[in-house]
Order: sequence, then C-alpha cells, then structure tokens
Amino acid sequence: MNSSNYSVQIRDLDLHFGEVKVLQGLNLDVGEGEFLVLLGSSGCGKSTLLNCIAGLLEITDGQIFIEGQNVTWKEPSERGIGMVFQSYALYPQMTVEGNLSFGLKNARVAKDEIKRRVARAAEVLQIEPLLKRKPGALSGGQRQRVAIGRALVRDVDVFLFDEPLSNLDAKLRADLRVELKRLHQQLKNTMIYVTHDQVEAMTLADRIAIMKDGKIMQLGTPDEIYNRPQNRYVADFIGSPSMNFLEGTLENAEFSVGSLKLPMTGYNFVNGGASNGETTIGIRPEHVITGELVNRASVQTSVRVNLVEPMGSDTLIYADLAGDQVRIRMDGHAKVCTGDDLAIGIDAQRASLFDKKTETRL
Amino acid sequence: MADTTPISFDNSAITGPRGAKPRRRLSRRNIFLYGTLLLISVYYLLPLYVMVVTSLKGMPEIRMGNIFSPPVEITFQPWVTAWSEACTGINCDGLSRGFGNSVRILIPSVALSIVIASINGYALANWRFKGSEVFFTILILGAFIPYQTMLYPIVILLRELGLMGSIGGLVLVHTIFGMPILTLLFRNYFSSIPEELFKAARVDGAGFWGIYFRIMLPMSLPIFVVAMILQVTGIWNDFLFGVIYTKPATYPMTVQLNNIVNSTQGVKEYNVNMAATLLTGLVPLVIYFISGKLFVRGIAAGAVKG
Repeated sequence: MNSSNYSVQIRDLDLHFGEVKVLQGLNLDVGEGEFLVLLGSSGCGKSTLLNCIAGLLEITDGQIFIEGQNVTWKEPSERGIGMVFQSYALYPQMTVEGNLSFGLKNARVAKDEIKRRVARAAEVLQIEPLLKRKPGALSGGQRQRVAIGRALVRDVDVFLFDEPLSNLDAKLRADLRVELKRLHQQLKNTMIYVTHDQVEAMTLADRIAIMKDGKIMQLGTPDEIYNRPQNRYVADFIGSPSMNFLEGTLENAEFSVGSLKLPMTGYNFVNGGASNGETTIGIRPEHVITGELVNRASVQTSVRVNLVEPMGSDTLIYADLAGDQVRIRMDGHAKVCTGDDLAIGIDAQRASLFDKKTETRL
Repeated sequence: MADTTPISFDNSAITGPRGAKPRRRLSRRNIFLYGTLLLISVYYLLPLYVMVVTSLKGMPEIRMGNIFSPPVEITFQPWVTAWSEACTGINCDGLSRGFGNSVRILIPSVALSIVIASINGYALANWRFKGSEVFFTILILGAFIPYQTMLYPIVILLRELGLMGSIGGLVLVHTIFGMPILTLLFRNYFSSIPEELFKAARVDGAGFWGIYFRIMLPMSLPIFVVAMILQVTGIWNDFLFGVIYTKPATYPMTVQLNNIVNSTQGVKEYNVNMAATLLTGLVPLVIYFISGKLFVRGIAAGAVKG
C-alpha cells in the first residue's frame, strides 16, 4: 500500500498541556474507506487525538495529513472532515434543515445545491419528516441522526465520531450501531470513531487502536485484538468478563503454576520459539472448556466452584485454579452449584502468554 | 400480552389512613410564615406609601404633620411642578431637562457597554488566547477598586481628550466602569453553553463573528436582559460620576433631583420633592417590571453551569 492509499496519516504527533504530555510521538495511518475505532478508558487521549485530527486542538509538534494534504495548520472547516459529537451539539435555535445547511451556507454553496444535498442526507438518514422541527422537539436517536446528517451534507472525506452513542439508552444504542455500520457500507467514507465501549468497537471496526496514556497499545483487526493481544493491558481491557491471568514459569515450552502444568505445544510464539522464565498466562473465561468437550482438551483438571452468577444467556462461574480465582463462562443452562467440583479443560492454543516483566506477548 | 398472572394480596389486616395526608390551611406554621411575610412587606412598602401620599397633598395639609394619613384633597400640582417648574439655580424647568440628559447618557452607555462586554466575554470564554486568564484577572480586579480612587485621574483623562463636561465623556466613563462586572457575567454565561456546540460550529466553517452572531447571540437573550437591567439601573441611579464629569447644562436627572431637593433657599416643598424622587425612580422600576421574569431566568442561567 503506498501513501496515496491512506486517508489520514499522523506523524510523530505531540500534544502537551503545559507540563502534561497528553499525546507523545503518536503515529497512525488510516486506510481509504476504513472504519477505525479508537478505544480506551477515559483519560487515555482518544478524544484528544480526534480533536487534533479535526483541528479543534492546536498540536505541539508533528504532522497530520488528510487525503495526502498536509492539514497540520489548517482550520477545521478546511480539512475535509465532518464531526459528530457525544452531546449531538445541534444548534438549538435552528430547525433541523437550518442545522444541516449551516455549514454549507458558511461555505457559500449555491442555494439549489444546498437543497439537493439536505434532501439527500435526510433521505439517507430517514429524517425527512423532521426537517422543519427544532432539535428540542426531537428524541435522542433523532438528534443523533441529524448530527450525522450535518457531517453527511458537507460531502467530506473523513467522518469523525466522538462517542456518538454514549448518551443513548442501551436499546437505541444497539439500533444506531447497526445503522452506522450500514451507513459506512453504503457511503464507503473513512470513519474514525472514538468510544470506550468495547462492544461498539468490536462490532463496528475494521481496525481498532487501543490507547493508554496517550499511546497506542495495539492496532489491529478486532480478531487480532481479541485473540492475539500484544500485551497484558490490551488482553485485560478487551473481553467481558475479562481475561484470567495466572502467574507462573515457562520452561521447555511448558507453563507451570503450582501443580498445574500446561504444555504449550501448538502455541504460536511471537518469535517463533519458546523462551524460558517468569511468565503470565491469560485465559479468557469463554475459552475454558466445560461439559462433554473436556475430554478432548489438551489439559484437564478439576476446580471447586465458589460462586455462580446466572446471567440469562450464560452463567459465570468463579472458581479456584492453582491458588487464584478464575472466571469461567458456561452456557445459560449449566446446572452448577456453589461447592461443586467442576471438570474443566484448557486449550493452550487459545491462551496468551506474556512476559511477566515487560507484559508483552511471547 | 395484556393478561398477566393475577397476584392476590391478603387485605384483612390493612386499615387506617389512606391516600394523601390532609393539610390544615390555618396551621400554626402557616400563620407564622404568612405573618412574617406580611410584616416585612409592610415594613418595605411603608416609605413608598408615605412618598406617594405626600406627593399628592398640598403644602397646608403636609404642615399638619400627619404623614400617614391619606390626602384629603388630591392634587397633582406637585408632580407638574417637579417635572417642569421647579428651580435649580437660574433654570426653572424642573426635572425635564435632567430627564432628557439622562436618556441621552443612558442609551449609548447601555448599548456600548453591553456590546463590548458581550464580545469580551465571548472571546474570553471560547477563544482562549495566550494570557487570556491574566487579562481576565486584571479586568475583574477593576470591579474591586473603589471608584473614589479613580475620580481625579479620570478628570485628567477626560480633560486631555476634550470630553470633560460633555455627555460623551460620561458615556465613556459608564462604559468603562461597566466592563468588569458585565464581562464576568457574559463570560460565565458563554462558558455554560456546551463547548461541543462551539466546536461543531467551527467544523461547520463559522468564524469568530459567525459563531458570535449566528450561534451564541440567539441563545443568550436572558443574559442580555440581565445586563441591560443592571446597566440601566446602575447608570440611571448614578450620582457620583454625573455630578463630577458633567456641567449644569448636561446634568443627569439624579443630580437635578439632588439640586431640587437640597436647595436651601425658601420653604421645603416636601410634596414636590417626593414627586420628583418618584419620577426619577420610575425608569428603572418600569424596566424591572417589564423584564423581571427574564431577569430571574438570566441570573439563574448565568449562575448554574451545564
């Protein structure tokens, strides 16, 4: 892929607020038509990064390119971006139509053209009946659609979303999530989407960038992020309930903690071969094998159940394994009680190994 | 899905009061509450009552000394005298001259100070620049310096500008002295408008003035009303600046009133004095009654964030 195939490129981006270094030496390439999600807990710099791309925050050092153009010093409106905010940020005194056409009027687009574009955006987002209403008379979902429409009419190359669904209730959030995905497939624009919700990230993204303390911890497809986390932070952050970690030693491709021995044959080591030393193993609750399939697992053992949390679709078991409490996910029909002994199996290939000191993947 | 499983309760043991608790209109609490309110209202309204009543009496009736008794013969002559006949120095055209001056001082002062302060507040709230906090702190400091310390320097300033004694000079003084508190008022109000709205407008290509006129102004009517009331009341009631920076021909109404009431020559015409005072106080009162509701709303909106 040469550089012209990238829609957004960020080079060595620094942002300091006084002494606080919010972003440090950040590099990121976003492909043409890609849906990139910036994911992280609050304060990790993901919204700040988005504001830098939009030109709403002045950066300390570095460069930003959009569609091959260096926009580092350009005004937000000159960057070819549209932005959707968490609080919708609709202009309360204008009608929906006024909100949609505000940017076009500022750009002195001809009247017929404004009409045509507003009509098209309203059709795409199914808000035609609302055009004459003011934002105060709209529901949360409708408001967010208008906010998306405001970016849509401007015919921009890149859409920026700053936690657009966070203010909606759970059901509406799920509906709009699906709609956003459909919109992306239809428009094929580049989209950069900030969220702290990992479900949104996993479902929407072509690629996810997990951020922490102003740095990108891992950039990869949802599958890579989930199955091959590059470090312990990412492994812990993604997945709900979160991953179980057991600390032990790795020797001759065998992980051991207490009496539990896990042969790691079949594990895909990053550097090709196994290394020895103090190691942390990460096992997802849903990757612990239970029921009839236990017999087929490479390692089999038995645990004492401490607590059972039925959640309808599945059941979460808390149990002791090698001196640590682990979470095990079983299906909703599982008949398990506190105090039972449960036979489990562990599959080495689906586990993740991390160096105990550097916390990076082995 | 209308039919749900009926749930039956055992009602046999449930007796006694049911529904909303009845309230007594004339409880001890209410008597105390309304009694206090009534007492305070009377306390505050009594001076106003005395003024109105006295202004409608003739001098012989006033000399009898019953200041609380209503007028036996109602006369509007004191009001006419106060407005157009009372003498100050050699001019005998009452308060009307001062009223004209006050209006000519008030309108440009209020307009100018609000326009400048709103732009100041908007810039300080939304377009942070290097040193904007320092600038704001210095500006606010102005609100805490006693006016008296600045009287003489301003005399010199106006003299050098050639504005001493003119209405233009007083307008300038009022505009400057209104700046700290009005800027604070507008800055706080504009800061309470969600920042994302401002960001959205910038992405939409609106500039400094575009955002001010098309986004901020339409949302800020209440705070403009508050600023207007503060300024109208303050400038109309001002005596200190009026008496120092103007000359007899350009005296505002308050100075004129003082000259009528405090004239040491001849008989004290209490009825004329009362009428003159009421006339002078009428303008702020009218403004407040017209926009009182907006005033309260604006004060609340400026005070609470989000």
